[in-house]
Formats: sequence, C-alpha cells, structure tokens
Amino acid sequence: MTLQEITGSAHNFEECMKCTVCTAYCPVVPVNPRYPGPKQAGPDGERLRLKNPEFFDEALKYCLNCKRCEVVCPSGVNVADIIQEARIRYSQSKPKLRDKILASTDTMGSLARPFAPVVNGVLSLGVTKAMMDGVLAVDKHRTFPKYSSESFEGWFKRKAKAAQDAFKEKVAYFHGCYVNYNYPQLGKDFVKVMNALGIGVELLDKEKCCGVAMISNGMSKAAAKNAAINSGAISKVVEKGLRVLTTSSTCTFTMRDEYPELLHIDNAAWKNSLLLATRFIYEAVDSGRKKLIFKDSYKARIAYHTPCHLEKLGWGVFSTRLLKMIPGVEFTLLDSACCGIAGTYGFKKENYEASQAIGKALFEDIASVAPDVVACDCETCKWQIEMSTGYKVMNPVSILAEALDTELTAEANRS
Amino acid sequence: MKFQTIIVGGGLAGLTAGLALQKKGISCAIISSGENALHFSSGTFSGDCPEETVRLFEEAGIVLKGDPAKDSWRLTPSGSMQKVRLAFEDVTLYPSEKINATNVLIANPEGFIDFPTAFIADGISQQGIPCKVKSFSLPCLKLLRESPSEMRSVGIAKKLDGCIEEVAECIKGLLDGEDLVILPQVFGLASPEPVRALRAAIPAEINFIGTMPPSVPGIRVQLQLKKAFERAGGTFLMGDTAIMAEIADGTVRFIRTKNLDSHILSADNYILASGTFFSKGLTSSMQKISEPLFGLDVECPEERTEWYSEDFFAPQPYMAAGVKTDKDLHPLRDGQPISNLYAAGSILAGKKNAGMALTSTFKVVKKIAL
Ligand SMILES: Cc1cc2nc3c(=O)[nH]c(=O)nc-3n(C[C@H](O)[C@H](O)[C@H](O)COP(=O)(O)OP(=O)(O)OC[C@H]3O[C@@H](n4cnc5c(N)ncnc54)[C@H](O)[C@@H]3O)c2cc1C
Ligand code: SF4
Ligand code: SF4
Repeated sequence: MTLQEITGSAHNFEECMKCTVCTAYCPVVPVNPRYPGPKQAGPDGERLRLKNPEFFDEALKYCLNCKRCEVVCPSGVNVADIIQEARIRYSQSKPKLRDKILASTDTMGSLARPFAPVVNGVLSLGVTKAMMDGVLAVDKHRTFPKYSSESFEGWFKRKAKAAQDAFKEKVAYFHGCYVNYNYPQLGKDFVKVMNALGIGVELLDKEKCCGVAMISNGMSKAAAKNAAINSGAISKVVEKGLRVLTTSSTCTFTMRDEYPELLHIDNAAWKNSLLLATRFIYEAVDSGRKKLIFKDSYKARIAYHTPCHLEKLGWGVFSTRLLKMIPGVEFTLLDSACCGIAGTYGFKKENYEASQAIGKALFEDIASVAPDVVACDCETCKWQIEMSTGYKVMNPVSILAEALDTELTAEANRS
Repeated sequence: MKFQTIIVGGGLAGLTAGLALQKKGISCAIISSGENALHFSSGTFSGDCPEETVRLFEEAGIVLKGDPAKDSWRLTPSGSMQKVRLAFEDVTLYPSEKINATNVLIANPEGFIDFPTAFIADGISQQGIPCKVKSFSLPCLKLLRESPSEMRSVGIAKKLDGCIEEVAECIKGLLDGEDLVILPQVFGLASPEPVRALRAAIPAEINFIGTMPPSVPGIRVQLQLKKAFERAGGTFLMGDTAIMAEIADGTVRFIRTKNLDSHILSADNYILASGTFFSKGLTSSMQKISEPLFGLDVECPEERTEWYSEDFFAPQPYMAAGVKTDKDLHPLRDGQPISNLYAAGSILAGKKNAGMALTSTFKVVKKIAL
C-alpha cells in the first residue's frame, strides 16, 4: 500500500494544493458573486464541514455540476463530487414544487405526451409562460422542449421491433427521457444507423430517467431508486452479452460515474458495457469490423460543441473523429466552454441571466464559425444553443443517419 | 485509435511539440491530466530558447518579446531583477539590471492581496528611483470583493477585461508625472487585447508584473496554444491520464488512459512531456524517485539524505531529478533506450526552466519530422 492509499480522502480532497485553478475555470464564478467557487465550496469547505456540518452553505446549489473544475485540477481532486456529496449530505432545504416538476422528466413526459399538441400549445402560450414564470419560477424566456405525440417506445414497438429479429448481432438501447418523450427522431435515427451496420436494437425491459436532474435538484433518494431499477435492467442485458448504447452524453456519464460516486450504486458489473453510441460506432469502424459508406451528395460545415459531461468523460474524441470520417464534412471544433443550461438549472427563473451569461462565449464562437449545423451529444445543450443562437443543433448519430447511404452501408456490412 | 505521434503532457513542452508537429502535417494527440506549470508562470521564459519558438508562437497569436539567444532583465514581484530570455507581451524587458524609468507608480486594485506592492516599491527605491504605491477601485470589482476567497487574479481579470476604458481613466487619474506604471498581471485572460488597449490609452510605459497563481498571461498562452493545436487538426484529450504503456522489444506499442479504459491509443512515435513532481511526471516514495508511466531510469542522488540540502535557500538536488536519455533524447529503461519514445521538457534531468523545456522539445520535433 502506498502512503496515498493509506491517507486517501473522499474524492481526493486532501490532495488540494490551493492553487485556485479550478475557480479560474468555473463558469458560475464570474456570473454569480453569491457562489463561493469550487475551491471554497469543495475542498476548503469540506474541511470545515467535517468539523461541523453547520458550515454547510446553501449557496452550493449554484454549482452546475459541470465538472470543469475536475477536468482542470492539476492534483486530481474530484471537486464537483465533493460539492454534490455535501449537498446530498447536509442540505436542509427541500426541493420546491418547481424543482420537482423539472426533475421528474419521466412523470412529466408520460403525463404530457398523450396530450402533446395541447400541452405544447399551452406551454408555448405567452400567458402560460407568464404564469410559470410567476407561480413556478420557470423563466418565461425559455421555450419548453416540445412533447411528441407518440413516444419513442411506442414507435419502436409499432414500427421497428419486429424487423430487429432479422439481425444476429444485437445491442440494447437506453434511449432516455428526451428521446422517448421529446425527440423520438433521434431514437429513430439511432435504429436506422445500427440496422445499416447490420446490428439489431432491443430496448431494456424497464428504463427510468437516469436521474441526473434529480441529483441536481436535491432529490438523491428518488435518483437512487431510478438508478437501482436501471442498474437491474442493464445488468440483465449485459449478462446476455449485449452492450448498452445511449445517445446522450449526460445519461452515459450519470450512469457510469455518478451512480457509484454520488448514489453509491455499484455498477462495476456493467460500467464498461455502457457506451455512448458514437464510441461504439467509431470503435467498430476503426477496428475494421464495420463499414460506413456515405452519400456523395452529403455536404455540411459542422461545428462540434463538447458538452461538459462529455468533456469530463473524455469521449468527445469518438464523436469528433466519427464526424471527420464523413467526406463531405468541413469540421471545426468549438472552444471548450459550458453552454450554461446544465440540465434544469437554466430553466429556473433565478438562474436565467447567469445561464445566458455563461453561454455567451460559446454562442459568440458559434456565430464566428457560422456553420450549417452545430453537432453535440447532449439534449439540453441542444435546447440552449438553438434558443440562444438560432443555429440548428444535431446529435452526431442524426448526422450519420442523414449522411449515410444506408443501402450501400447495409450491403457492405452484410456477411 | 491511431495517431502518428502521441504526447503525454499538455504543458509548455507537450503543446509546443504538438503544435510544431501538427503544422508539419503529423497527426498528434496530446493527453493531459490537468493544467500545468504555465498556469503558474511568471510571464517570462528563462534559459536558452530556440529561435523557432518566436515564430511558432506568433502563428498562434502569441507575441514573445526579447532575444531568444541573449539575456534581458525583468523586474520580479519580490522587487529584484532577474535574467530572462523571452517574455509574454505583458512584461517589460530591460537591457540591463536596472529598470528604465525616472518616476514610478505602482497601482493595485483595492483589496487584492496577491500582489506584493511593498516588495516591488522597495526594490525600485533601492535602484534610486522614486516610487509611489496607490490603489484603485472600480464599481465592477465591488461584487468580487464581497466574496473574499475570489478576489484572485483570474476573477479580477474577468471583470477588468470588460471595462478597460474605465480602468484607463482611473489610472490616468492617479498619474502624477510618472513615466512607468506597474500593474499586476490581472488583464488579458481571453486575449491580449486588454493589455494592448491599456498601453495605448495611458501616457506612460506599463509593466505588468506576476501575481500569486494562477497566472493570467500563463492561462491565456496555454489556451492560445491549445486552440492553435486543435484548429490545426490536433486531438487534445483534456483531463485524461495515461495510466499504462505497453513496451515490447524496446518500443512502445500502445498507451491506455483512464477515460478511454479498454480503448488503446497507438502511434509511430511517443513523446513523454509529463513534467516533474508538481505535474506527477515524477513521483517519489520513501525509497526512490520514479517515473510512473514507463518505469524509466531516473537520474537522482542514490541516497535519500542527498535529495535535500539543509540550506533552505540553496538549490535542492531532488529538483534536478529527471529521466535518463541517450543523446537523441530516447529515455532509458533498464539502461536500454526506447527507440520510438522521446522525452521533452521538465521531465528531463537538470535545471528546469522554459528554455530547457523548449530546446529539448524542438530537438525532438526535428527527430520526428525528419
Ligand atoms: C510552479 C512552477 C512555475 C514555473 N514558472 C516558470 C517561469 O515563470 N519561467 C520559466 O522559465 N520556467 C518556469 N517553471 C519551470 C517549468 O518547469 C518550465 O517552464 C515548463 O513550463 C515546463 O513545462 P513541461 O511541459 O515540461 O511540464 P508541465 O508544465 O509540468 O506539464 C506537464 C503536463 O503533463 C501532465 N501529465 C503528467 N503525467 C501525465 C500522465 N500520466 N498522463 C497525462 N498527462 C500527464 C500534467 O498534468 C501537466 O499538464 C515553473 C515551474 C513550476 C513547477
Ligand atoms: S484546482 Fe485542484 S488543487 Fe487547485 S485549488 Fe482547485 S481543487 Fe485544489
Ligand atoms: S462543477 Fe462546474 S459549476 Fe460546479 S464548481 Fe465545478 S466548475 Fe463550478
């Protein structure tokens, strides 16, 4: 055992050398003077809280949990984990009704979906927005993501499931709330790309929201419940030898890293079988196992935005290299910066201005590149960027679905 | 994933190597655990610097002052004069061990304690030059002051960069015939423009001097180098750590990283630019100093008692520790060079400064881009 292993501290907080590099990169510090910053909220504050929990500061709720502090720390301190764990452990404040509503993406989705045209209409009405702004403190500038009238699961059962039996090779798909209720098209694109690769798709027996919004809204018990259900469902297909793919970097990150670190759910049995679809596809093509054939006609200037959780996961490289494989693509990597939405954070009235100020650098960068489309693996970044810049944002999987010659690709992968 | 060259470490050495190689059409990936020594930079480079540095940096939008082959002098935050070669544009360089001024104003934002004005004033007075210290306050700093932990260099720069005209007016108001104004390095975080704008607006020379870390110009230069590298097509794996290297028959076969777990990275050539103890390029235990990734041979005194000098102010021998290499900078492992691995930067044994980091880096670049 090394000295470090013996003296090891939770989330490495003892390793902090007080350099404040984390605070220099925290997107919240410059826009919200009430937020003490990662060094103070994290390792410095932890020392005090260990002495006496009364030192807990409710201002820790301003942390976006974007993990940028962890990515830059020269000493490997898991600053954001320290902060989130402290919120879970010490916060006395109960989540507001508004926070519960925003965090309960599953329930909201299943309630709203059957009435989608009505709900979308109502959510986009000026008067509803004003009421939400006043009563629920959901900022009126926000456009609510639209609810789709048929869920992805519904479409899959009706239109795609039967055809999947034709494939010998299979993957499981964790679609997440966003694909299911708001944007089934991404799920359809995923199925299309997988099928072209000669791979069938199956859904998990049971899938719950990954829980990311619950964690950040102080509902860790509810999040742990979801996590246990997801963990069970994922284990079941992984035992069969399947990999579980997602099209959301945040769901992936939450299930891989936040489940064990913050919710104390042991995922060792399946952690490495849960992959972002772009990583899976890149690896399949890079190893020569699968082939992609693109339409000659596809041309696009694409600027890629790395979502914070993907930056932390370190897998942005799979998405960017995959996009660069498309011959008609002119590719620019945008400077790494937070878009400001951070899941439900930016929807809250009290955070609206901060959220837009955080994203400003990214929005300006996008405007200066002026691409045909912004590519990004995160759904909430998509809302934020589309609302704030007017540029269209697409998941790399949807771009593949558009750029692939599916027939030729399917043929090349038939063997 | 395959690249032509994989670089471990994204500090001055790693980024310079990556940028130079990428510009020569060699595809590179840089793996970088966390931020690096540039974040603690004084804004100057000591030691012999290669000629190529100035042009490569200029292409990335970074202006370097000074002569890479000849010493200049800088005024340090402790008030002394130090020999350096190159400087970021923030810093004023002097041809001799004396500053060039007849009357000096040191101006500091009120409440900023990471800038030792008294030391600097003392040093200038010892050169026989009259010098005054004044503080200034601006509305945009008010909120920052409410949160004492954040009244730090970078936080201040984020505010001041947004109101350079006000800063200029404020400093002009403080001027009383001085021909040199000394300011802390709290300007120009995202671009050097605020530094240039202040210089243009104030009728006296401005010398921006280092603060306690983080270093504002150091962060800016790091971001500029990273951006230039990425826009040239390079892959920067930020926040990832190389944790294992497969070596067979005297060559590196592949590298594994913490984030990419089972996905291996391979290349024709590898550069180790992982820095020193501070950046975990070297580690130490009770018994020995080692290089953790490749298990390379390390040059350092045998006996632990010889790692230190009891004189606190003397150079400490452990600081010169580093990996052993052959003359082509191939590191040795069990006495044998690894043929497709090079070492560059402060991971090398000897005196550590930017000059030696850059000299070794360009030497490696030439070997690889033959
Ligand atoms: C605090 C400090 C201040 C300094 N100030 C000056 C100055 O003002 N002027 C001057 O001339 N010199 C200065 N130096 C000397 C300095 O060593 C050199 O100037 C130069 O910056 C060193 O650059 P480098 O790239 O070799 O190492 P570093 O800047 O230390 O970079 C090494 C990088 O490698 C990464 N790394 C290490 N191991 C791994 C791994 N396994 N996987 C992935 N990444 C890894 C680290 O995270 C780090 O980012 C300073 C040194 C220190 C420590
Ligand atoms: S960057 Fe890391 S070491 Fe530096 S203050 Fe923050 S937590 Fe501490
Ligand atoms: S996770 Fe993001 S918002 Fe929270 S302290 Fe770290 S950098 Fe700041």
